[in-house]
Amino acid sequence: MEIARRRFDTLIIGAGGGGLRAALHLSSADAHVAVVSKVFPTRSHTVAAQGGVNAALANVRPDNWHWHMFDTVKGSDYLGDQDAIEYMCRAAPQAVYELEHFGVPFSRLDDGRIYQRQFGGQSMNFGGEQAARTCAAADRTGHAILQSLYQQNIRARTHFFDEYFAIDLIKDHEGYLLGAVVMNIANSELLLIEAKTTLLATGGAGQLFRTNTNALINTGDGMAMALRAGIPLQDMEFFQFHPTGIAGKGMLISEAVRGEGGYLVNADGERFMEHYAPNAKDLASRDVVSRAIATEVREGRGCGEHRDHVLLKVDHLGAETVHQRLPGICDMVRTFLGTDPAESPIPVAPTAHYTMGGIPTNRFGQVIVPLQHGPEEPVPGLYAAGECACVSVHGANRLGGNSLLDILVFGRAAANHIVDYLHENRYHKPCPTDGADPALARLARWEQQGDGETVDHLRTELAQIMEENCGVFRTEEVMQDGLDKVTALSGRMGDVRLTDHSKIFNTARIEALELENLMDVALATVASALQRKESRGAHSRIDYPERDDVQWLRHSLYHRDTRTVDYKPVRTRPITVDSFPPKERVY
Amino acid sequence: MQTDNSNITRNRLAWQCRRGMRELDVLLLGFLEQRYPQLGTGDIDSFTRLLEYPDNVLLEWLLGHMVPSDRDVAHIVQEIRHAAVS
Repeated sequence: MEIARRRFDTLIIGAGGGGLRAALHLSSADAHVAVVSKVFPTRSHTVAAQGGVNAALANVRPDNWHWHMFDTVKGSDYLGDQDAIEYMCRAAPQAVYELEHFGVPFSRLDDGRIYQRQFGGQSMNFGGEQAARTCAAADRTGHAILQSLYQQNIRARTHFFDEYFAIDLIKDHEGYLLGAVVMNIANSELLLIEAKTTLLATGGAGQLFRTNTNALINTGDGMAMALRAGIPLQDMEFFQFHPTGIAGKGMLISEAVRGEGGYLVNADGERFMEHYAPNAKDLASRDVVSRAIATEVREGRGCGEHRDHVLLKVDHLGAETVHQRLPGICDMVRTFLGTDPAESPIPVAPTAHYTMGGIPTNRFGQVIVPLQHGPEEPVPGLYAAGECACVSVHGANRLGGNSLLDILVFGRAAANHIVDYLHENRYHKPCPTDGADPALARLARWEQQGDGETVDHLRTELAQIMEENCGVFRTEEVMQDGLDKVTALSGRMGDVRLTDHSKIFNTARIEALELENLMDVALATVASALQRKESRGAHSRIDYPERDDVQWLRHSLYHRDTRTVDYKPVRTRPITVDSFPPKERVY
Repeated sequence: MQTDNSNITRNRLAWQCRRGMRELDVLLLGFLEQRYPQLGTGDIDSFTRLLEYPDNVLLEWLLGHMVPSDRDVAHIVQEIRHAAVS
C-alpha cells in the first residue's frame, strides 16, 4: 500500500509541555519541525498541572540548586540518576526565566520577583528547614505554560498535525530511527513522516488503572511504540498513587480534607486508620493511607454496592466550617456526586497519578538501550522527554513541582542534542521500502469483520486487574495473579473486533489502538513490579517491607519480545559534586 | 444518510470532548453519551461552541465557579452539570 510521505528534520510526537518546549527550541534554530498530537495541543495533560515548577531562585527563602538536588535524590528513594538530577536542578532557574520571557504570568512578590510557595519534600541545607521553591501561575501553571509555549511555536512556525494519532516508529536495518507512521483521526488517512530525529513526548499511562487522576488521553502510546520498536521500558513498577480520589471516577480529594479534621471509615463505620497508624491516624503518609484503604477493601470492609471504596467523613465539622475551609472540594463533590460533603461522606479510593518509569534516556534526552557495547547505547535518531521517559530524575517517587520542571529541562536538553545531531546528519537516510509494514499490519488487523469481544470490555477488565493486582496492595501472590490475568487478557486481544469500520472520526479504531498500547504497558508494569522484591518509594510490598540497597539499588528494564525483566546500575555519580549515598528516608 | 452524518458529528464531538483534565473528560463525554440522541440542532451548535473554549475556562464553568456570558453556552453548561449527577 502506497501512503503519503512528508519530510521534516524532527518529528515530535506529543504536544504537552515537553514536546512544545523542544519544538520551540528547534524551530527557533531553523530546524523544520513537525509536532503530531492526538488532541489539539492546548488540550494536552500538562494543562492539568496546578502546582508549579521547582527552581532554587531563593526569592522567598534562601535556596540553592544543590539543596534541590539533595531533596530530589532523597525523594527518589535513591533510585534517581544523580547526573540527570544535578543537571535538572542546575538548569531549573534558567528554565523558569525562559518561561517568564515566553509570557507565563507567574505569581509575584510585592517587589516584582517571582513568588515561590512551599511544597512537601523541600528543604534548606540538605534536609533542614522547609524551603520555598515552587514557582506558580496561581493554580493554573500547567495551563499558562502550555498556552505560552503553543503561541511561541506558532510564532516560530512549528508545523502542527493536530488530531493525528501515531501508530508506530520506523527503523532501518542498522537501527536508525527514521520517523513514524501516523493517522489523521478526521479521515483515517495515513501519513509517513520521515525525520532525521524523532522525539517521543507522549506523557504517562494513568489509564492503566481504573481509578486515576489522568486525562483519558494518557494511554502510554509512546511507551508502547518504543516497546514495539525493541526498546525496553525502565522502572515501570514505580507508579505514584494518591490515597483519596473520588471512587470510580478518580478526581483528587486533597489532603486538606483530612488536615481540616476529616477521617476515613469502612463499611462498619469504623475509623480504621487508628489500626494502621495509631499516632498519625488519617494524617499518616500517602502510601500508608493508600495501603490501609486497599487492605480494608480486600478484607471485605469496603463500602457501596461493590464494596470497593471507603468513606471520607467531614460532616462532624459542621456545614459552616466545611463550606468555608474546603470550598474547592465542596464544588468538586457537588459537581461529580451531587452531594454536599457537609451532609454526606465522600466515597474515596486510592487513585493512580504519575508514571515514574518509562523510556530509558540519558540526560541529553537520547533513548538508550543495552547493546553489544554496554548497558547504555543511544538509539540513533530517537529521543524521549517528560512523563513517557525515564531519565531518571524521579527514581522511585516524584516530588511535587518536579514534573513540570522535568518536561521543561529535558524537552530543551533533547532539542539541544538534536540541533547538534542535525548538524552532523544533514541528509535523510533512505527509508526502507518495508519500513511501514508493521504499522500497516497492525491497522489491517482491526479491519477484520465478524463477532468478537469488545474494546470497552477488555479495557475495563484490564483497568480492574491493574487496580486490584498491581495497585497499592502488592504481594508476590497478588502480583503473580495479576501477571497471569493480564497475560491471559492480552491473549484475548486477537478476538477483539470493531463493529465500526468507517473512516471519518472513527474514534472506536483509535480506542482499539490505545488498548493495544495499554496492554503492552500493563505487562511491563506488572512484570517489573513482581520481580522487584523490596519496598522503595512508590513500590511498596507487604511481603518485602524494607528497602534493599544491596540487591535492588538498580533500574529494571522490561523487554517486550521476551517478556522478561533485566537490570542496569543506577548512576550514583553526579556531574560535578559528591554523590549522595543512600540513607533511610525520614521526613 | 442523515444517520451517517449524525454519527460523524457525534464521533467528532466525542473526540473533541477528550481534554487535558480528567474532570472535563468525565463531564463532557458523560453528557454526550447520555444526552446526544435528544439534542436538537441548536444544542449541538452550543455544545460545539463550548468545546472551543480552553480547558481552564471549561473547568471554571463546569464546576460552577463562573457562568458563561453566551446564554446558549450557559444553558448547555447547566445541562452538563445536571447530567453529571442524574
